[in-house]
Amino acid sequence: MARASVRVFHKLEGLFSIYKPPGVHWKLVRDTIETNLLKGINAAPPPAPRQRVQFLAEPTSDVAEGSNELALSAASVPALAHHPLVSGPEFQHIGVGVGHRLDVFSSGVLVLGVGQSNKALTDLYRSHVTRDYTLEGELGMATDNFSHTGRLIERTTYDHITRDKLERVLAMMQGSTQKALLTYSKVDMSTQGAYELAVKGELRPDGKSPPIMTGLRLLHFQPPHFTLEVQCLNETQRYLCRILHEVGLELRSTAVCKGVRRTRDGPFTIQHALTHQHWTSTDVIQAIGQYCSSRKASKAKHTQPGKDTGTASQRQEMAEEAAVTGDSHRLHSVLTSKAFGS
Amino acid sequence: MYRPPSHVTMSCVFITDIYMALTCIQHCQRCTSLLRSRSVGITTLQYSTDAQHWPAALWNSFIVRVLPSVLQRSPNPSQTRQRWNLGVRSYCESHAKVQPSQTKHGNTDELPETDMVSYQNPVSHQLIDGGMLLKEWQTAFDLDDAPGHSALEEISHEEAVHMNIPAALPPVSISLKDYVNESETLGKLIQLGVQLWKLEQRPNVGSMLLRLDFQTDVTPRLVFLKQLGVDDSRLGYLISHNPFILTESLENLQARVAYLRSKKFSAESVASMVSRAPYLLNFSVKRMDNRLGFYQQQLGLSAQKTRDVVARLPRLLCGSLETVKENLKICKLEMGFRENELQHIVTVIPKVLTANKRKLTQIFDYIHNTMNIPHDLIVKFPQVLNAKYLRIKERHLFLQYLDKAQYDPAKPNYICLDKLVSLPDEAFCTEVASATLKDFELFQKTM
Repeated sequence: MARASVRVFHKLEGLFSIYKPPGVHWKLVRDTIETNLLKGINAAPPPAPRQRVQFLAEPTSDVAEGSNELALSAASVPALAHHPLVSGPEFQHIGVGVGHRLDVFSSGVLVLGVGQSNKALTDLYRSHVTRDYTLEGELGMATDNFSHTGRLIERTTYDHITRDKLERVLAMMQGSTQKALLTYSKVDMSTQGAYELAVKGELRPDGKSPPIMTGLRLLHFQPPHFTLEVQCLNETQRYLCRILHEVGLELRSTAVCKGVRRTRDGPFTIQHALTHQHWTSTDVIQAIGQYCSSRKASKAKHTQPGKDTGTASQRQEMAEEAAVTGDSHRLHSVLTSKAFGS
Repeated sequence: MYRPPSHVTMSCVFITDIYMALTCIQHCQRCTSLLRSRSVGITTLQYSTDAQHWPAALWNSFIVRVLPSVLQRSPNPSQTRQRWNLGVRSYCESHAKVQPSQTKHGNTDELPETDMVSYQNPVSHQLIDGGMLLKEWQTAFDLDDAPGHSALEEISHEEAVHMNIPAALPPVSISLKDYVNESETLGKLIQLGVQLWKLEQRPNVGSMLLRLDFQTDVTPRLVFLKQLGVDDSRLGYLISHNPFILTESLENLQARVAYLRSKKFSAESVASMVSRAPYLLNFSVKRMDNRLGFYQQQLGLSAQKTRDVVARLPRLLCGSLETVKENLKICKLEMGFRENELQHIVTVIPKVLTANKRKLTQIFDYIHNTMNIPHDLIVKFPQVLNAKYLRIKERHLFLQYLDKAQYDPAKPNYICLDKLVSLPDEAFCTEVASATLKDFELFQKTM
């Protein structure tokens, strides 16, 4: 019969996403969540106190050595060695794993896993799922660490920049990284199979690859502020800030990054991410249940026969992603225009 | 039947007696009187049904050796007891001589060591160090008497039942679990609600607690605390955080309380100070006097106001003054508060004196430079300096997004800083921002 706390722990074993606020180290976030989950687990009612048996020899009137009277009484005494104040709370540590990390400056979706689900987390981390970012930039400044918190190096004018020019630069940058996507996917480009994969948008790098942007789009432009939406693989947040800086350079001006916000990490979107008021065990159990049910629903939809490129789980991830983001269409259009022209 | 050679029997008996003596010493400091007190009439057999914490090998090696020698058929149990008394007495006498030559991890230093010292060590120490011990044992024993009863001889059940077997406690352990069933002090501390699992992690505290005698050491101090006015439910918290209050001498404790009363702290405030700052009464009168003088001088407050500040945050008297000096310097120089403004802030929020410097400057920087709130408004609502930076930032940005971020009391639609910071989320959303909680959460995800 499992203890109540163990049952709560098993309910908590799953993957869930939280919204990391900016200015906080991801380790602090992970530690806070571990503490809150431990509070929830240890709040479960403790098991019944154990008893031990103590035999007492009853005082008989004739305490002669040779007497055959053996009067022993058994008394049930609480075993203090198992008292919670002596042995401590039942759970003192749980393994909370973090997926793709976010640095102190950025904010957004951070995927965490508890207990057994850390294995699934490692699989998710290693599989090539794309991530969505929203980058906020400001034209006219250049700093040493590409963000607005760094030391100012240069100031430039930006009056000559129009929306049209910006979009052209973005398209050029995306195209140059698409080539990397094809080369690292380790698929022979001259086959029919490669073409079909490309059409479906299922070409992904296999193994190690540099950061690749699969999609780059301008959301909002009001000089000097602008907002970009990026879909990328294998990136770091610093790389994204550098991309913004390079955009500024391409436009014969400079730009700094004012905010990096991850809106999607694989199948986890910002819609279901938990804000810091909801970092408690009950909310986490709910979020895990939600993710499980959504996975089951999508698995029921995407039951397809196996293909030879990539593992089944990877393809499923990509299929889910495509369903979520709807970017397979866009990828298809880009790929057919650029990639097979070389 | 197998008869072990006599010297083995001797050493068996010797080891038994050492073992008995060790357990006696561990239980209480009066080893001989314990044995004597166990003599008449009622004998108790302690047989524990829950699993022992020892490794099985140790159990087998010792109990097999110990029990048969204990269960020697003696016509008269008092004779056995006499022999034990003799042995223990001579051991105790020699112990005083052996003590200086022993190394620090001797047999009396028991429990929460991080490494479990093997059982053999204390005994082998004895055998090596006290070459004279062995001789004394031999002289104390009547050599004609001992080999008469073999270690492996069978005895009747009644003798077995009436035989005195003390509790089988390990001499060294990493946890207090092994001793809590037998120790009166530990049992009573658990009833008070003391968190032994936390205390045993601190170095040497576990041994200290075991060595305390409940009647002579713990009870007078508990009575003293109760007389002071500390609530029963707080005693567990107090001892869990400061177990050394049980080793502080009563004269010192009384002197310190008398000093606080002489400084015109009321009885209730002294009781509340002691229950909220567990280490308070461990500090000397001189140190407390020094601190009170410092606060009165530096802050320039009247005696009554200083008393109020210290009564609200008693750990001001416990911690170091360097952090307080640095915080005061930051408030005066970096933040630019004037003397009287600082006095007002400290009387309302004493925590500013012990707050983290980095967080304090971060909050002040955001409030003054980003939210553009002037000094006098901050002084009017000092609780903003005590709030969480993330909370202030999120709420301010939300209000800015809704075009409601107006903190100047002279203009219309003024938002009070107090409400900005101290209201819970729902109340803030409905009253101040006139929005739903869901909207606030959606906004949080855009930050």
